[in-house]
Amino acid sequence: MNRLRWGACAVGAALLLSACGEGTDPREDSGADGDQTGLVIESWRNDDLAIWEDVILPAFHEEHPDIQVSFEPSAPDDYNAALEARLEGGTAGDIITCRPFDVSLGLYDDGHLTDVTDLEGIDAFDEVAMSAWATDEGDEFFCVPTASVIHGFLYNAEIFDELDLDEPTTEEEFHDVLGAVADDGEYTPLVMGTADQWEAATMGLQNIGPNYWEGEEGRNRLVEGEESFDDSQYVEAFEELQSWSEYMPQGYESVQYPDAQNVFTLGDGAVFPTGSWEIALFNEQADFEMGAFGPPLPEGRDTCYISDHTDIGMGINAATDAPEEARIFLEWTATEEFADLYANALPGFYPLTEHEIEVEDPLAQEFLSLRDECESTIRNSYQFLSRGDPNLENQLWDLSAQLLNGEVEPQEAAEQAQEGLERWYEPQQ
Amino acid sequence: MTQTQTSEAATTASGAETPPRRTRERRRFPVQLLVFLGPAVVVYTVFMIYPLVDSMRLSLYDDAGAFVGLGNFVHLLTDDLLSARFWNAVWNNLVFFAVHLLVQNPIGLLLAALLTSSRLPGRATYRALVFVPTTLSVVIVGFVWQLILNPVWGFVETPLLGQSSTALITLALMSVWQYVGIPMILFYAVLVSIPEDFLEAARIDGANAWQTFWRVKFPLVLPTVGIVSVITYVANMNAFDLIYAVKGALAGPNFASDIMGTLFFRTFFGFQLERGSSTMGATVATLMFLLILAGVLLYFFGYQRRVKSYEF
Repeated sequence: MNRLRWGACAVGAALLLSACGEGTDPREDSGADGDQTGLVIESWRNDDLAIWEDVILPAFHEEHPDIQVSFEPSAPDDYNAALEARLEGGTAGDIITCRPFDVSLGLYDDGHLTDVTDLEGIDAFDEVAMSAWATDEGDEFFCVPTASVIHGFLYNAEIFDELDLDEPTTEEEFHDVLGAVADDGEYTPLVMGTADQWEAATMGLQNIGPNYWEGEEGRNRLVEGEESFDDSQYVEAFEELQSWSEYMPQGYESVQYPDAQNVFTLGDGAVFPTGSWEIALFNEQADFEMGAFGPPLPEGRDTCYISDHTDIGMGINAATDAPEEARIFLEWTATEEFADLYANALPGFYPLTEHEIEVEDPLAQEFLSLRDECESTIRNSYQFLSRGDPNLENQLWDLSAQLLNGEVEPQEAAEQAQEGLERWYEPQQ
Repeated sequence: MTQTQTSEAATTASGAETPPRRTRERRRFPVQLLVFLGPAVVVYTVFMIYPLVDSMRLSLYDDAGAFVGLGNFVHLLTDDLLSARFWNAVWNNLVFFAVHLLVQNPIGLLLAALLTSSRLPGRATYRALVFVPTTLSVVIVGFVWQLILNPVWGFVETPLLGQSSTALITLALMSVWQYVGIPMILFYAVLVSIPEDFLEAARIDGANAWQTFWRVKFPLVLPTVGIVSVITYVANMNAFDLIYAVKGALAGPNFASDIMGTLFFRTFFGFQLERGSSTMGATVATLMFLLILAGVLLYFFGYQRRVKSYEF
């Protein structure tokens, strides 16, 4: 009896001890062989894993054989929360892929990111590119800009040929094109749904909006509080967006983003409002020829604006064991060589450096050429204006989707956005 | 039918089995208890009780770590924007629960009654088929139903999941479809355990099938209805997965399917450009906990204590 009891205790103790045993961190292996230092990149771009491993990192390793870099992405939706938890817990990677604006600024303010203001090569980026990863005063930078995405429209060139349509440049022509496809009746004129809400705002409003609020200038006026969201240009942008609903697929209120992608790549739709991030996937999936055009000009305007949105940057984890090596890597990402590799490995993600880059993919080049024809700007809800509650970005998702669903009118949508801003944003009060 | 008399039975049992010699031995601390209970107590405390208490503690602080007392609760319930979201979520949660209560229980009971009918061939197959969806992942259920309800290539042209008037009810019915097997199995277990004597007695008294069901079987099922309801209440008030899988964290359109789980997710983890606030998240979580606790207590004191249990 007694022996049994002690035996049980011993087993219990052994179990407890084994549970306390030291786990090994797989991360340590990468730095184990010889004099090599291992660096780990945190990212939400899990789609890009193969490209980093096969194209980009081998090029870096060739130049810097003593630094071994590995790309370890997590799921996009979980990235912010997971990264923050890992940074707090001290288990995050050495290089942090930065979301633009406040999310990364927050990490910098909390001391998780290193100042990269004096990094070699950082002067290859212009002010707009840097603004996504600068402090509010704009004198300290914490991430190196990696890539932007350009908004526009993709179209099915075969349907355009069949119906004898041309790329529209003005909104009138745009509506004529959509009308012609609708009259023909065989294809969906404009492929988009509102179920996920973000498409309506990101691919809709932020795509055509800059033409109305005059790009960066308008964006800055909104930030400074010189203009308000219920001014006529915003109402007009909402009105134009609202007019899309009659060209969208049947039951678009519950059509999700992947559904819309499928409708277009299966050849059932004529025009797909989108951004350049779609190019790589669509090249793979669509077996028809595609073309691209920028946001059509509203009546009476002659300068076009495109949303050339700063989307990806890279910074250094302040708690890294290899700050020198991490710096070397980031300096490399600021070079022309990296820009060239990146732009061609991931068509549709454009480097933000001022180096002249040739993109081989014709569709990606078409989007890129919009940079020469039009003025670039970024999404207006990203800098400063999504800091409070309600957060302008989330509100625009909601309002744009409701607008297309017919649950709110343009004027109301603009007023609600303005009310939201006035609640917490001082320059607008 | 007699009411159970457990306490009396227990006294007799223990009284009869205690020899005088063992009283001395009993005082020694039973070391094996530590081994058998210890791990469970430790795991439960570390992973359940401590986080629960700690999240309540967290709700009393602000994001900078300063103690604010009930400040977060006051803010959540008085700020016009936040309180509107919160009460919208609570209301949607109650609607979600009401649909389950009013649709899932009757269907579960109906299915159970049909399955116990001796005239139905292939009962075991039906039973298995109805129960199968409960074993599926919610993500799969959400995905399959989204395909079925997809206006582009599904069977329904109306965008049921895309309109604010229908989204929540549709989601609730999807969840009912998935989980109806659970009340069915519980009711079924009660129905098959009703002794044949009762039914025979009812038949001899001249009752038809309808009368037998309502006068004999249904009263015996009633206590289980209570249990099923409270389980459903807890699960529904905690619901998150299906809505998140189908509608995402913004629970659209226009927060029409936003429930406390999704509200908590957005508040705690943040969303898109919005950074999360762990203390406000903890506040929402605490209120969720209190609402669930209130519902369960109401059940225990208002319903279960009045329910009789029967011995066949």
